[in-house]
Amino acid sequence: MINKVDNAKRIRMRNSFTNSFVALVISLLLGMLLIGISGYSPIESYIAIFGVSLGTVKGFALSLSQATPLMFTGLAFALAYKVKMINTGAEGQLYAGAMAAALIGAYITNLPTGIHIFLGFLAAFLAGGLVAFIVALAKVYLNANEIIMSLMLNEIIILFTSYLANGPLKPPGSGVGQTEMIADSAKLTKLIPQTQLTTAIFVAILAACILQYVLEKTVFGYEIKVTGYNLNAANVAGIHVSKTYLITFALSGAIAGLGGAAMALGVNYRFIEGFSSGYGFAGISIAALAAYNPIGVIFSAFLIGVLKSGTITLNRTTNIPVELVDIIQVLVLIFVAAPALIKTIMKWTKKIRVKSGKAQKTYGGENS
Amino acid sequence: MEIIRMEKISKVYPGTVALDGVDFTLNKQEIVSLLGENGAGKTTLMKILYGMTAPSSGKIFYNGEPVRFRRPVDAIEKGICMVHQHFMLVPAFTVVENIIAGSEPGSNVFLDMKKARQEVVDLISKFHFNVDPDVKVEKLSVGEQQRVEILKVLYRKADVIILDEPTAVLTPHEVDDLFAVLRRLKDDGKSIIIITHKLKETKEIADRVVVLRDGHLIADNVDPSKASTKQFSEMMVGREVNLQARRPSKSIGDACLKVSNLSIEEDGKEKVKDVTFDIHHGEILGIAGVEGNGQTQLIEALTGLRKPRSMKLTLNGKEITGKSSDFIKAGIGHVPEDRLLMGLVKEMSVMDNMILGYHRESDFCKKNGLLLQKEISDYAEKLKDDFQVKASSIHSAVSSLSGGNQQKIIISRVFSREPKAIIVAHPTRGVDIGASEYIHEQLIELRNRGAAILLISADLDEVMALSDRILVLYEGQIVSESMPGELSEVEMGLLMTGGNYMVEEGKHHD
Repeated sequence: MINKVDNAKRIRMRNSFTNSFVALVISLLLGMLLIGISGYSPIESYIAIFGVSLGTVKGFALSLSQATPLMFTGLAFALAYKVKMINTGAEGQLYAGAMAAALIGAYITNLPTGIHIFLGFLAAFLAGGLVAFIVALAKVYLNANEIIMSLMLNEIIILFTSYLANGPLKPPGSGVGQTEMIADSAKLTKLIPQTQLTTAIFVAILAACILQYVLEKTVFGYEIKVTGYNLNAANVAGIHVSKTYLITFALSGAIAGLGGAAMALGVNYRFIEGFSSGYGFAGISIAALAAYNPIGVIFSAFLIGVLKSGTITLNRTTNIPVELVDIIQVLVLIFVAAPALIKTIMKWTKKIRVKSGKAQKTYGGENS
Repeated sequence: MEIIRMEKISKVYPGTVALDGVDFTLNKQEIVSLLGENGAGKTTLMKILYGMTAPSSGKIFYNGEPVRFRRPVDAIEKGICMVHQHFMLVPAFTVVENIIAGSEPGSNVFLDMKKARQEVVDLISKFHFNVDPDVKVEKLSVGEQQRVEILKVLYRKADVIILDEPTAVLTPHEVDDLFAVLRRLKDDGKSIIIITHKLKETKEIADRVVVLRDGHLIADNVDPSKASTKQFSEMMVGREVNLQARRPSKSIGDACLKVSNLSIEEDGKEKVKDVTFDIHHGEILGIAGVEGNGQTQLIEALTGLRKPRSMKLTLNGKEITGKSSDFIKAGIGHVPEDRLLMGLVKEMSVMDNMILGYHRESDFCKKNGLLLQKEISDYAEKLKDDFQVKASSIHSAVSSLSGGNQQKIIISRVFSREPKAIIVAHPTRGVDIGASEYIHEQLIELRNRGAAILLISADLDEVMALSDRILVLYEGQIVSESMPGELSEVEMGLLMTGGNYMVEEGKHHD
């Protein structure tokens, strides 16, 4: 009897996950079609993509390590979206976080490993948070558009960190734009040797769980939801709306910053210019795919990680152009972004099933 | 002569039966009042006729021919038009532009504005509409905007006009104007259906009354002159109701909430002008007035949502300043004007909404910011029972509840915190009779427990029935203070529309 019909939230949640799932299936099918049209065998390609990225230890590790920064940026976007703010600045926050962590890692020495890593993450958290906080201040007090502000700030941060990595912070003799290598005590432990999979993934999963807990169990989470769903009601209820905006957005940036630390301390061991292949923006779609649910982000980031890892192996083992796999990724996101489209498609399939007599006809419902 | 016949119309939504085998007929040159509570199915029935939703079963005949409208355009083509409760006008367009929008005359590319204007002018003079065709709609009063909506359907050559709750937003005087227009339309051969839950108006305008209750047809041929309002309301609710009886306060105490020199400016205009009043313990002070005369600004100032230019507000002698949270903490409750816009978070559960505004109180959260889930759900269960909120559970989303039950959530949440003073705005707007009756009872009970209540309502009947003292607000000023019964409804209506001079004169004759 408990929550049988009426747990509205659960039903809504399930509906969004169904939508995401259907979007995924459709885009995989369309992807097969595209690969087929391009003259390659769809089945073979899919086996190549998923067989390696799910079926081998190295491939699986690659999937997870690819998913790690995406989890952070996905969480960042999902959190900001809870107060109906759009954090397009995750890319810049990621760079700021990576630079901060790399500096702590390289220039502070003689620290025990655990503390050094913690300080690196903390610096990244503060750096990302600060960047987002500036945007939120402008939004709240100057009525600035946070989307455009964030995008512009991205440019500034990426170019400025690039200048640092090519100028004052460049190690002597280095050919590319990068900073000094971090101390061993700041390097994240590898979970599987000779892969890029590090303990950073636990930090990401922990962050998702904490976020979920905060949203569901605390006054602050309650106020975030009220503010996001109904700003007027939040005001009437005496909620300090500007404070909620400021803290939530800063927190969102801070989480993206952690993603930067994961890259600097776990993968590159330094700040490298242009290290992110659009992780910040991928966060937008990962959050959408997860229906903005923090726990869901873990899975949607993993999924995109699998596709990315597949792309990398595909590139090495077959002559199928990787662009095709990129297209599949984009298709997933297009379909997720258009829930109405998915609903229509689901209605068609239901109609077809009804016509062929396979599905039970439900009484009432939408009329045809 | 029969123009519309709907036979055995049923509409089933998953889980509920909105209409169960309802028959409905409309004759030529007839005004039918379709009466029923919210959720009785009257709007659904009309949406089916108008092609907005499809019936689950049943047949519709138009002039004897079976018809099936898939979308409103099909119905409009046949001459069935609907005037919605919420006007669909473009404020920046003129009356003529609004009327022709969607069916512009002329070739496909060029608009024959001259011809359009002439047609509209002809219509206006034919039915004595008293609207300037060239003025922008944003400059019009609500009553005039409604006339533009009716002109819109006449321009589309409507024979059957469906009006959804047409008097909900009108002053008594505007209602009279509307009814005069409707009578002229009827004389011209139009047939009219009015969806309403207002009994007095039904009696005044309808030739025939059809009553629906819970999706069933209760009566389809009631002569409004033969039945009393009491009988009608019993048909609608299915039991005896007692809505309009006055229950004056037995013990009015000292002044509780004192408001002095309240002035509010908005966009450079003075919306509230130097208003001073007080409300005593155990008193309901009613504010009557046409919407847009400063009520919204007044409410916002008294609940801390807006900084007035000047105001001194004391509650039991203590001055209150600051933000809305300070006002809530001081013990000023607030039932907002629009429950879904300001009072509730419809995506969240009944339980979450029952603590909104009080969620930081120690009954609901620990000092460290953790919500006390168990306490909150126990509290919500208790409120749900105490205030008879009909929801399948406290975890249901508020959006799945009826308007009356949504309003009960707000009432339960504010009233059970025992506010010393409370600002109540439009407490029964869009709420069915049963819930209205209940909410009124709760208000009276809260008053009897000693609270000072400010009641702001566009429903004059409500203000007159509940208040122990009545102020009339016109253009941001208090133009009259009276005891209930002292002024007639007509006099109140005049005051509300700025005709205080005549009433003042009338008083001298007494």
